[in-house]
Amino acid sequence: MAIGNRITNTLNAAPGRSFTHLCDRWARVRRQPHPTAARALVFAIVLCLGSAQGWTQQSDQQQMRGLDDEVQEIKSDVLRISAELNLLEEKLLYPSGTEVAVFVALAQGDAMRLDAVRLQIDGQLVAHYIYSAKELEALRKGGVQRIYVGNVATGDHKLEVLVDGKLDGGEDFSRSEQFAFRKEVKPKLVELTLAGPNAGNTPIVLGEW
Amino acid sequence: MVRVSHRLLGLGLAVGLVCRPASGADLKDLYFGEALYRAYQGQYFDALQRLDTELAQYHGLDEPGLDTLHYHINGAEFAVGDFELYYRMHHRAGRAIKAVLEGAVDEAVRNEAAFRLARIHFQKDQLDDALQALERIQGTVPEEIRDDVEFLRANIYMATNRPSEAVVVLQQLHSDASLAGFSAYNLGIALLQDGRAQEAIEQLDAAGQLPAGDPAGLAIRDKSNLVLGSILFESTSFERAQQSLDRVRLEGPFSNQALLRAGSAEVAAEHYDRALVPWSILVDREPTDAAVQEAMLAVPHAYASLNLNGRAALMYGRALELFSNQIERVDASIGSIREGRFLSALVREEIRQDENWVIRLRSLPDEPETYYLMELMASHDFQTALQNYLDLEDLRSRLIAWQTSLDAFSDLIRLRGQNYDPLLPGIDAQFRELDSRMHLRLEQRRHLGERLHAMLTAPRPDQLATADEQVAGNRLALIEKQLGDSQDPGSVALRRRVARLRGALTWRLETEYHERLTAAHVHLAELNAHVDALNRQYDAFVRARQAATHSYVGYDAQIDRLRQRVGDELQRVGLVMARQGHLIETVAINQLESRRERLVAQQTQARYAVADSYDRAARAQSGPEGR
Repeated sequence: MAIGNRITNTLNAAPGRSFTHLCDRWARVRRQPHPTAARALVFAIVLCLGSAQGWTQQSDQQQMRGLDDEVQEIKSDVLRISAELNLLEEKLLYPSGTEVAVFVALAQGDAMRLDAVRLQIDGQLVAHYIYSAKELEALRKGGVQRIYVGNVATGDHKLEVLVDGKLDGGEDFSRSEQFAFRKEVKPKLVELTLAGPNAGNTPIVLGEW
Repeated sequence: MVRVSHRLLGLGLAVGLVCRPASGADLKDLYFGEALYRAYQGQYFDALQRLDTELAQYHGLDEPGLDTLHYHINGAEFAVGDFELYYRMHHRAGRAIKAVLEGAVDEAVRNEAAFRLARIHFQKDQLDDALQALERIQGTVPEEIRDDVEFLRANIYMATNRPSEAVVVLQQLHSDASLAGFSAYNLGIALLQDGRAQEAIEQLDAAGQLPAGDPAGLAIRDKSNLVLGSILFESTSFERAQQSLDRVRLEGPFSNQALLRAGSAEVAAEHYDRALVPWSILVDREPTDAAVQEAMLAVPHAYASLNLNGRAALMYGRALELFSNQIERVDASIGSIREGRFLSALVREEIRQDENWVIRLRSLPDEPETYYLMELMASHDFQTALQNYLDLEDLRSRLIAWQTSLDAFSDLIRLRGQNYDPLLPGIDAQFRELDSRMHLRLEQRRHLGERLHAMLTAPRPDQLATADEQVAGNRLALIEKQLGDSQDPGSVALRRRVARLRGALTWRLETEYHERLTAAHVHLAELNAHVDALNRQYDAFVRARQAATHSYVGYDAQIDRLRQRVGDELQRVGLVMARQGHLIETVAINQLESRRERLVAQQTQARYAVADSYDRAARAQSGPEGR
């Protein structure tokens, strides 16, 4: 993709080169067959073909690069603020004593098109997520989605998972499972690995962390 | 010149997201997986935020080997550098990769890190640093980057004006299909740069005939043919130039340029009729394209050369109309940018959902004609500037949202305080009373436990007597005391009876001792279960009590500080965004004005030409009579 972009980026005609100019220049080349001069001109044309650098003054470029440095600094600062805010949010909203987080992953190589996941904890609907193509692709590449984070009391709980999707052949696929998990004092992480029935995998596998 | 060539020759240097995804069953750390999930969707800020937190926690542990991230630590260190690179944070990316380089990692990992560092330096035009980074690669180089390393090395040589060294590297490079076209093209350019024109022509000729399937491969093949065509044209080999230009696809990104040059090659050979074939295709294409605009003048020029002056006059008239329309469009675009519509269109969310968002800007009503800005937008610095503007807008939105979050947190804390403050003193007093009672009972239990334990080595049957037995024993002792040493027959008989009773009591205690000891242990064990439950409840209460305090006490200073930082950052973002936006607008307007000047020149040329053509046509018509 990056290669493609680069190419597209260099395809543009340089402004200011007119038909007439080209003819004039070619006529000049014909009049001056000196090999070194011709070579230099040829190379200049080669560069000109792919170059998109003529658009701006050196000072503009310098300004842009200076601003780029500033933007990088801002990004670093904002990331630091974000990290602190995240910790604060976690402490305030999801203290470790009650925190439970549910993650969704797809089984490796599974071709099911995941459409939606619905979660109930102890009979209460806590998440109902519909997946976009981009999110599905990210899951297929091995990403893991944190679908729910919330609070439960220590002790035993029931998790009900409903998965909707489409199989390779286009037929609908729906499966629900119930699982029990135990919340201890530390944060509880629950991983759900989902798969279609065709790959021989169990459709919903619970992993506790 | 070197910088220009550097940009050009850097073609095809792929910057793929190469972090190692630990997918499916391999994944041991869910939060690392979450960072990847974000990154795979292009949400690099979120990915970085997640992974930064994870890495900070990992490095802060006493025994990081026990953490789940330990399984992926090399991948995570690499990934953070990748994410930073993608989020255009080259400074931090460089630091992250240097950290991997300096860490205790194996040779292959270190070599890959060196390659990535070199690539960052190359992108930033730090060519000496890039070369130094490549020189750190020694020993085993991972198979998947071996070609990329050499390709990069060649690019650096070419950018530093060392074409002969680049030629050697590229000639030895047997890259896979994805890189083959780029290697072949770059080798041709390196030969040209090295003054080996004939070899360059042969190489570009070969590059222009390489099999290609993907759009990138097809495009670089087109480019090879276009460049070769131009070189051959310059050396007056018009026929060969034509052959090369004919190989450029009609629908590819270089087709307009190729058609224009193909026509020019024919004109140079004085084949005006043949020149009309490519140019006639070209004039019906996108009228904002510079090559199409050139062709608008070239076609009537060819007709005029063929003495078809009436046709030429008509075509010049059409060109005149097109240039007038385009000048109006450019003027409207300049006006639109000056009114700030370009920047406001850039930040529209729905636009950015599309990969070709820049092109889609054109479809919006009242937005500037971005086609005229395509060349500008293709340049690395301008793209970076645009992306930075979008990133700043994203950061601005986040900071505003965080301000709201901080207000919500303050509210939450205030409400929790209002709820807990009146309740907690009563609860604490009640707890203290229960706590002291509990401690007393626990002390008793401990004492009982010790006594029972001591009886295992020193039996004490009396201590296992029941309450009735203890009462009976005490009464017998009292009777014995009351009887004293009296020798009267009644007292003697009573003493015998007391002795018998005591004997019976002792008998029972002694004979039932082991059973009783076992029962006592069983009861103590039962008590343990209750004590454990009590302790659990006690701990849960203490945790809940602490959590209640922690839920609203001690946050004020932190929230105030964060609010201040968010406010300051928001101000800074606003300032830099304004400067960035102004610069983008200025550069875009300059570009449009430059195109406008060219259009005006072409318009003038067409205006004179149309009059000239009509004159010639008129003269041609009246020619026989005049003669």
